[in-house]
Amino acid sequence: MARRALMVAILLAAFGAASASAEQLVVSLSNHRVAVTSSFVGENLVLFGTIEPDRPQAALRRAYDLVVTVTGPRQTLRTRRKDRVLGIWVNVDSREFVRVPSYLGILSNRPVAQIANADTARRLQLGLDNFLLPQRIGPDTADTVRDDPFRVAFVNLETQYGLYRESPTAVTFLTPTVFRVAIPMPANVPTGSYGIDVQLFAGGAMVARTSSALEVIKAGVEQFVADAARDHGLLYGLLASLMALVIGWFGSVVFRRD
Amino acid sequence: MQIYLPIADLPVNIFLVLGMGLAVGFISGMFGIGGGFLMTPLLIFIGISPAVAVASVTSHIAASSFTGAITYWRKRAIDVPLAMMLLSSGILGTATGVWLFTLLRELDQLDLVIGLSYVTLLTTVGALMINESVQAELRARKGQPAMLRRPGSHNWVHGLPFKLRFKRSKIYVSAIPVWAIGFSIGFIGAILGIGGGFLLVPMLIYFLRVPTATVIGTSMVLTLVTMASATVMHAATNHLVDAVLALILIVGGVIGAQFGARTGQKMRGERLRLLLGLLVFAVGLRFAYELVVRPDDLFSLRLVRPE
Repeated sequence: MARRALMVAILLAAFGAASASAEQLVVSLSNHRVAVTSSFVGENLVLFGTIEPDRPQAALRRAYDLVVTVTGPRQTLRTRRKDRVLGIWVNVDSREFVRVPSYLGILSNRPVAQIANADTARRLQLGLDNFLLPQRIGPDTADTVRDDPFRVAFVNLETQYGLYRESPTAVTFLTPTVFRVAIPMPANVPTGSYGIDVQLFAGGAMVARTSSALEVIKAGVEQFVADAARDHGLLYGLLASLMALVIGWFGSVVFRRD
Repeated sequence: MQIYLPIADLPVNIFLVLGMGLAVGFISGMFGIGGGFLMTPLLIFIGISPAVAVASVTSHIAASSFTGAITYWRKRAIDVPLAMMLLSSGILGTATGVWLFTLLRELDQLDLVIGLSYVTLLTTVGALMINESVQAELRARKGQPAMLRRPGSHNWVHGLPFKLRFKRSKIYVSAIPVWAIGFSIGFIGAILGIGGGFLLVPMLIYFLRVPTATVIGTSMVLTLVTMASATVMHAATNHLVDAVLALILIVGGVIGAQFGARTGQKMRGERLRLLLGLLVFAVGLRFAYELVVRPDDLFSLRLVRPE
C-alpha cells in the first residue's frame, strides 16, 4: 500500500514537473558567423524560432513574452570622469568595469518591466538596468546600484556607440508561437564569440530557455592586418615604415620636374 | 565609399580620409613642413582614438618628408653630418617619447598631455612666427632692407664646449645644443604625432644659425628618420599603427604635397611664414578651446584589456 502511494506520488510529481514546463523553444539563427571585411558597415542578423509543446498532447498557453539577451566577448573598461582643475577639464576619477560584455543587446517583444516583476527581472538580469556590470571596488568586484553615476555613464556611452541596446520591439510574434528576432550588429561591433540567451515568459514567469551562439570575425585583409599588428608588431611596424618610404619615393619620381 | 579600418576598428569614408591627406599634403608641401599638427587633430575629429591617430600619422609624415628629402638631396641642400648628429639623439628622444606615451595612456592622462602640449607649442610658435613676419613686412613697407644674418653675431649657445664644424652649413657649434634639439624633437614628435618640422626649422636657424639653404632639407632628414622609427616603435609596443589608414593618408599626402610645393614657390617668404604662423596659432586656439570649455560628456571610456 505504501509502495503504491509512493508510486502515485512519483508519477504525480513527474506529471506536475512536465506540465510546469510544457513548452520548449526551437531557434535558428540566419548566420552564425559575421565576417568583418573592408566593406563592413554593420549587419542585421535574424533569429527565427517557434514555441513547441514538449509532449504531443500538451496544450500551449495563449500569451507569451520573449526576452533575448545577446552578449559579446568580455572586456575590462575604464570609465573616466572629467572635472575642472585650474580652469581646464581633466580626468580626475575613474572606475574599472571588470569583464563586462563588449556588446549587449536586450531584445524583447515589449518593455521588460511589463514582462516580469522587478524581482524576477533582477534575478534573470532582464534589461540594461538589471544586467550585472561588476566594478572593481578595492580588491573585490561588485555591481553597484543601478543609478550609480559611473554605471549610468558607462551604459549611456556604450548605448551611444550602439554597442549596448535595449529594444522592446526587436522581437515580433508572427503567429502566437512563431517569432522573429532582429539582432543589430553595428559597424563597430567587437570581434569574438557571442552568446545568445533566449528566455520565454508566460504570466510573468520564465517557462522555457534556450541558447545559441554566433561569432564575429575579421576576414580577408582586415584579419591579416589586425593579426599582423598584434602578433608581429615589430615586423608590422617595419613594413608600415617601408610602405611609407616606397610611396614617398614613388611620389618624388612621378612628380619629378628637373 | 566606406572602408573598415582594421586597427582603429571603425569604418570611415575613404574619400574623406583621402581628401584630408590631400589637403594636409598641400599645406605641408607649401610650407615645407610635415603637417602632423594638422593631421592628428583632424583624425581625432572624425572619431579615431587619439592614440591610433598619433601612431598612424607618424608613417604619413615619414612618407611626405621622404619625398621632400629626395628633392632637397638632388639640390644638394642637406647637411649630412649635421643631420646625423641630430639623429643620434633624435632616436633616443623618440624612444623616450614612445615610452612616456605608453605610460600616460595607462594613467588616463594621454589626451590631456596631448591637448596641453598642442596649446602651448602651437600658440607660442604661431605667435612668434606672426610677430616675426609682420615685422619683416613692416620693414619692407618702409623700404628698409630685410635683416640679414650677421656673420659675427654670437649668442650663449656658441660659448658651449665640444665644438664641431659643419662644412655644408658653414657653422662651427657645440655638440650639446645639437643633441638637445635632436632629442627634444624626437621626444615631442613621438608623443604628439608631429614631425616637428615647424619647431625644428626655427630652432636650427635661431640657436645654431644654420643657413636657409640647408635648413629645410636637413630638418626633413631628421623628421624622416624619427617618424619612421616612431612608426616601428609604436607598432612594436602599443600595436596602434593602422596600416590601412596610413596608406590612404600617405597616397593623399604625397600627391597634395606636390601641388602645395608649386603654390608655395610662387609666394613671398614673409607672406608664407605669416600664413603658416596664423594657421599654427589657430590650431593652438582650437585645442585651448577644447580644454577650457566644459565638454558635452564628462565621462569617457577606455579599453583596459580584452579578456
